[in-house]
Amino acid sequence: MCALCGVLLTSHWAERESGRRERVFRVRLLNRVLAHFGLELGDWSGRVYVLRDRKGKAVVVGDLGALWTAAEALAGRPLDPLDPELVAALRGG
Amino acid sequence: MAERLPVVLVTGFLGSGKTTLLSRLLRLPELGETAVIVNELGEVGIDHHLLRRVDERTVLLGNGCLCCTLRGDLADELRDLLSRRTRGEIPPFRRVLVETTGLADPAPVLNTLLAEPVVKHHFEPGAVIATVDALNGSRQLDREPETLKQVVVADRLVVTKTDVAERGAVNELAERLRGLNPAADLLEASFGEADPALLLAPGSLDPRHLRLPEEPEHSDVHPFVLFLDRPVDWIGFGIWLTMLLGSRGADVLRVKGLLDVGAPGPVILNAVQHVVHPPEHLDTWPDEDHRSRIVFIARGIEREAVERSLEAFAMS
Repeated sequence: MCALCGVLLTSHWAERESGRRERVFRVRLLNRVLAHFGLELGDWSGRVYVLRDRKGKAVVVGDLGALWTAAEALAGRPLDPLDPELVAALRGG
Repeated sequence: MAERLPVVLVTGFLGSGKTTLLSRLLRLPELGETAVIVNELGEVGIDHHLLRRVDERTVLLGNGCLCCTLRGDLADELRDLLSRRTRGEIPPFRRVLVETTGLADPAPVLNTLLAEPVVKHHFEPGAVIATVDALNGSRQLDREPETLKQVVVADRLVVTKTDVAERGAVNELAERLRGLNPAADLLEASFGEADPALLLAPGSLDPRHLRLPEEPEHSDVHPFVLFLDRPVDWIGFGIWLTMLLGSRGADVLRVKGLLDVGAPGPVILNAVQHVVHPPEHLDTWPDEDHRSRIVFIARGIEREAVERSLEAFAMS
């Protein structure tokens, strides 16, 4: 299964066996990460995500695999989880 | 859904003895009911009733990522094997062995098994076996990027031609292989003789085997192991790993591990670059040590940075 080609797949490995509660928790966690890059994620009917930047530009993504490619394109820079500033922000929050 | 059939991959550089190993294996009664797919009909003839030859053909997907290509030849062949088995044209089989060319990248084969719409419902990846020649393996590791990739991706490393190489050279190569891929089991084989039970069994990731050499390989590719004493939040871990593979997947050659997610048993992790096996939740731990243990084999990525980041995402 490919983290980059997630849209081609029916069920992403990181989102299997999870229900509504897990999805809400996932979106909350993702928003802590995405806020660092000026992005915000919303859940649309529990089926897809809507990713927005601060200018109001929005894209619909199907799952976690597709999310990071779309987020990089929208933020205009790489989204690296090893970025020390991001790690510090997550620890502080 | 019917049980998926394992597809065991035999890889290794040109002349490293994979065909010899394969032909020996196929003579064993416990390897009956096995279909075989090869890219090349090598010098050592394999006499087998379910032998098929394919020409390597990759389908590059839109994002241009090499590890996410699909092997169209393999998908066609696996689908054809299923159809012919259903029609009764070939005997039933319980597993498939695929021998790749010496230059093949194993990642697209694994991606095909996990992502191709028809194939993924009928087959699943079995062990990845890489042969490394005791006489030439060290030189090939220095010069051939394909050999390094095959070694890093393997679940079993088989050092071949040990009957003609000096014992010291065999030990030196074995030590180097352990240093490159501590998550793999290491076996020796002379004239293709290897224990099929050891070769084909699922890996255990025994923590006692996850010790790295004191002097690491002088290469930008290096393994490291994280042992974590506290449970990991599975949702946070999923976010973290997808993000890591999204941004650094080309340099994260391998992730393999057992993860404590606060359940009675661990989750088995296995990823080759962007290709992630569906994680499997076990009912119990395979040994007494219940710590998470994750082996990373990466290029230019430091252990401390990975550990700090993982803790921030999934352990805070």
